[in-house]
Amino acid sequence: MTNSHSTLTPVLTDIWDAPRSWTLATYRDHRGYEALAKARDTAQADLVELVKGSGLRGRGGAGFPTGLKWSFLPAPDGGPRYLVVNADESEPGTCKDVPLMMANPHVLVEGVAITSYAIGCDHAFIYLRGEVVHVYRRLLAAVREAKEAGLLGDLEITVHAGAGAYICGEETALLDSLEGRRGQPRLKPPFPAVAGLYARPTVVNNVETIASIPAMVLGGSEWFAGLGTPKSAGHGIFSLSGHVTRPGQYEAPLGITLRQLLELAGGVRAGHRLKFWTPGGSSTPLLTQEHLDVPLDYEGVAGAGSMLGTRALQIFDETVSVVRAVSRWIDFYKHESCGKCTPCREGTFWLQQIMHRLEEGRGTADDLQSLSDIAGNILGRSFCALGDAAATPIQSGLTYFRDEFEAGCHTPARELFPPHRSVLHATDSEEVPA
Amino acid sequence: MTATQPDSRAGERTPVPLVEVTIDGVVTEVPKGTLVIRAAEDIGIAIPRFCDHPLLKPAGACRQCLVDVAMPDREGNVRPMPKPQASCTLEVTPGMVVSTQLTSETADAAQRGVMEFLLINHPLDCPICDKGGECPLQNQAMSHGRGTTRFVDVKRTFPKPLSISTQVLLDRERCILCQRCTRFSDEIAGDPFIDLQMRGARQQIGTFDETVLGFEGQAPVGDAQIDVSGRPFASYFSGNTIQICPVGALTSAAYRFRARPFDLVSAPAVAEHDACGADIRVDHRRGVVLRRLAGNDPAVNEEWISDKDRFAFHWQSAADRLVAPLVREHGGRGDTDDALVETSWADALDVAATLIAERRGRLAALPGGRGTLEDALAWSAFTRVVLGTNDVDFRSRAYGDAAEEQVLGSHVAGSGIAVTYADLEGADVLLAGLEPEEEAATIFLRLRKGVLAGRASVRTVAPLLSGGASKLRADLLTAAPGTEAEVLDAVAELGSADRPGVVLVGERLAAAPGGLAAAVRLAERTGARLAWVPRRAGDRAALEAGLLPRLLPGGRPVDDAAARAEVAAAWGADELPAQPGRDLTGILAALAAGELDGVVIGGVDLDDLPDPVAARAALAAVRAAGGVVVQLEVRTSCVTPYADVVLPVAPPSEKSGTYLTWEGRPRPFAEVFATSAMSDAAVLGLVAAELGLGWADDGAAKAPAAWTGARLTVDATRGAAADAVEPPALGAGQAVLATWKLLLDGGRGQDEEPHLAGTARRAVAQLSPATAAALGVTGAERVTVRGPRGELTYPLVVAPMADGVVWVPTRPRSTGAGSDTLDVATLGARAGEIVEVRA
Repeated sequence: MTNSHSTLTPVLTDIWDAPRSWTLATYRDHRGYEALAKARDTAQADLVELVKGSGLRGRGGAGFPTGLKWSFLPAPDGGPRYLVVNADESEPGTCKDVPLMMANPHVLVEGVAITSYAIGCDHAFIYLRGEVVHVYRRLLAAVREAKEAGLLGDLEITVHAGAGAYICGEETALLDSLEGRRGQPRLKPPFPAVAGLYARPTVVNNVETIASIPAMVLGGSEWFAGLGTPKSAGHGIFSLSGHVTRPGQYEAPLGITLRQLLELAGGVRAGHRLKFWTPGGSSTPLLTQEHLDVPLDYEGVAGAGSMLGTRALQIFDETVSVVRAVSRWIDFYKHESCGKCTPCREGTFWLQQIMHRLEEGRGTADDLQSLSDIAGNILGRSFCALGDAAATPIQSGLTYFRDEFEAGCHTPARELFPPHRSVLHATDSEEVPA
Repeated sequence: MTATQPDSRAGERTPVPLVEVTIDGVVTEVPKGTLVIRAAEDIGIAIPRFCDHPLLKPAGACRQCLVDVAMPDREGNVRPMPKPQASCTLEVTPGMVVSTQLTSETADAAQRGVMEFLLINHPLDCPICDKGGECPLQNQAMSHGRGTTRFVDVKRTFPKPLSISTQVLLDRERCILCQRCTRFSDEIAGDPFIDLQMRGARQQIGTFDETVLGFEGQAPVGDAQIDVSGRPFASYFSGNTIQICPVGALTSAAYRFRARPFDLVSAPAVAEHDACGADIRVDHRRGVVLRRLAGNDPAVNEEWISDKDRFAFHWQSAADRLVAPLVREHGGRGDTDDALVETSWADALDVAATLIAERRGRLAALPGGRGTLEDALAWSAFTRVVLGTNDVDFRSRAYGDAAEEQVLGSHVAGSGIAVTYADLEGADVLLAGLEPEEEAATIFLRLRKGVLAGRASVRTVAPLLSGGASKLRADLLTAAPGTEAEVLDAVAELGSADRPGVVLVGERLAAAPGGLAAAVRLAERTGARLAWVPRRAGDRAALEAGLLPRLLPGGRPVDDAAARAEVAAAWGADELPAQPGRDLTGILAALAAGELDGVVIGGVDLDDLPDPVAARAALAAVRAAGGVVVQLEVRTSCVTPYADVVLPVAPPSEKSGTYLTWEGRPRPFAEVFATSAMSDAAVLGLVAAELGLGWADDGAAKAPAAWTGARLTVDATRGAAADAVEPPALGAGQAVLATWKLLLDGGRGQDEEPHLAGTARRAVAQLSPATAAALGVTGAERVTVRGPRGELTYPLVVAPMADGVVWVPTRPRSTGAGSDTLDVATLGARAGEIVEVRA
């Protein structure tokens, strides 16, 4: 999205509005693959240092320093080492990687090529969420174009379509799935850097992380570090959805606030006010009006008791029932729990039944305590972060909107917050458009 | 709790540095790499767990074992980790401070939380569940659970039970998804047997089941083996999954709903079905054995046993069990002419003693290979002292010529323990005439463990790469039956500095011309150790006891006067017969020809003999000639119709004794419960005493001290490539027969076990593609194999194997849809002989 507003920093999104932006020709018209050429003239170690020095942190949600991750790879032993791009974007509310790959797949391909060169990898994989077939075709086409144009050299890039499991966004479950196994997280250690794909040293990075590399190579680490905040450097895509006037992807330096982003997006939909929001998808504890000025960087959001996550800002206005929203998220986590560990598998199964009861206004006196206990028994005790993610909406929901949960003991959510008022183009009709 | 005994540290190699950790305030040192849960066990702190099993790789799935952990940072300040850690996946590090549920509220709360989760979907059917009373979930629910549930919602349910095999049933709603069973199948047995399917709260264990998976009309793909019940997943080790299941999800069809654990009396025992000496536990109630479980012996079978060892025990109390002695009444009693009638022990012993005394010196002994060392020594003493002969042979199988006795006498008998299970784990192993999965299941598991750990490697000399061998990642040295010696002679190297060579010789190699001598040459050439792996529990003891025509106990040659004198002294006899005796073939021939007047026989199934028809004819000839057949047996058998006196003896559960494993390791065991049944040794002692020829004061035949004199020698050039006999040329429509026994087959030890029988491998005939084409049977569903005496029809499998060879199982129980019986003996041909094959 191009916008002349000074707070926006279109880098990844720069050419999204160009005609046929997904083609190699368009990409090359906008300095495409110049970074790859430049990188190939640079020593591998210098590239790793460049990324380290830039302060780039993983854009998939956890925020691990990218250069540091690369440097964890053991010294080459003559065997293969792999780059795996995590494109299994499935988090509710998160919609940055899919539009990025849709509008400009070549920036990812170039990033893959540069990273592969930097870490000494001959075969890279892009593990794509299987449902987005159109993106799959664009990626395949982009890899083919780049290959045919001789841009990739000996590098092999395999685009793999997943089978629709949220858990496969967890990097080790992704690797198992990619190997053809059941998608369940692996025991760590060994970490992927030591024994990842096919038990070989592997770097797993998010799409946006890898796509940020070409511009950094051209612009330099100082340029990159100059954006954002000292500990959260660079630019990132902020996806605003829900009750905003102009939902969409806004690329801005880390550290921008929701207040600024709402200004860019035309504010909460007319006639309504902000009730709660997620800073980074449903897995991050929700925030409220009081957090409008929290800087959206890793430290700022953590300081507010949440997580920056994937910068998927879901905006909910006062028409929305928190109980109903949390109930839908719990449905999701229960459906997507892989089943490997007890807390997540059984906890989400139980949470769902209680949430549905509360939503129907048939909660019991013990349900709020049970919810709190169950979430507490999942958080920090599950095998991977999926369990933690399921617990967070419950806990933050109870923290900020306990009265709504209590109301679930006597009044259905649909009576307190008629759903037809929440739809974007609300009418007086009680019919909820399909 | 199931299987929470300390880790097996058998075969410990280089010493591991110790790490100091503090657990609940107790400072302890454990080897580097030890898991926290194991370190806690070492100092007596039990952390509850379900998915953890000391012999399986850590999973961290159940989360029951969460503990609080603090570790020193770089400056040495001990800092708590932010979340409780799974103690079953976390290795100790220096200075680690662990607080279990005993000292940490966080750990205790975490464990109670997980326990609550595990119970929300678990049915409250403990009163009718097989596991109730010995259930880790039940126990830990009592120690770490809430008194009452607060789960008021809808439990997850499934139709029950799901039949995993004819032997293993699965109640999915009881399952806590710890994955012990799937990990066992993957990591230990190597069978694509059961796996996880679906996900989240719908995740479940199962086999390929269209109705569960929602696949329509699709068959599984892969290397799964079909069992006789038609299920695509067969495993010889599936019973272990029942035992390690920490809840009652997996149950045994044979035991289900039969007993409550607290009504059972448990006794340790040793499995009797092969020469592996697996440690087992026998559970009985009021004199009836209800189930058997794997014992825990890190040096032998660790905690695993085969399904045969586990489930095949009804034979010991089968309907045809002999309870009283029988003697043959010759006429006189109305219409019961020549019938066997029950009599008293006094009468039977008197009759037996009289019949034997009349023919002393003209009787032979066929003692079988199923007895204890004590029984075998008694048979040996009985043969030499009472019968006054060396006509004795424990073998009831094909063995070629005299070479086997030479090799066993020179290299095996009296050699002690040359190779152990632990050795196999780190060896370069060559298998000859041995299919470990079928013939020595414990060896199979130990080899697989070594191979998977990258410490052992396996080659096999066989006509085909069996399923078992491929699970050992074995390299096949293709040998058509009869060419084994040639193939063994071509092996240039075996073993290396860090992976010593071991030649594991199966008993079948003896039947291959020159095979054993070639194995000895290979061992001498490469410096590898040689071990003989027989099939029967008593074979090694029989060898050590000298139940062969040229051998006395401890590998002493019969024709060595000093050896005879030592043994005679030990047995309190004046002298022993000096003339080397007849072997099995010689004995049967002499019986048929009237050169011998009879035989004392026990533990021999005539259908196991190289020529069952000839064996029956020989016994019939004895009867016709007025000779004598004295039988010692647990159950009525095919020998009984020929017997004049039948003396019942105790099955393994009802006697004490010592088995020797293939290694030579003594495996002593006590009787499981007391009955009036007597061991072979006791019965033979009574017969001897009746004749006034008892061999020792206390009735037990003693083994003399180790023999240091000369041993039998091997004719080392036998069957060497230079003078190898060319195998006979195959005519049109002909192939060489290859065959061996499968673990689960028609053996009498598996009688009355229908559930077990359903898990046997399907009986098929296997041909190579080229041979199938040459025989014109490509594409045929069935082939008929014809030998000199008869023919059998099998389903055909065409797969890579030696050309010109047809493989069939020796004696399967199931006949499939082919012939009425599929016993190879029907053909009248043995392994290495030529048969005709047609569509």
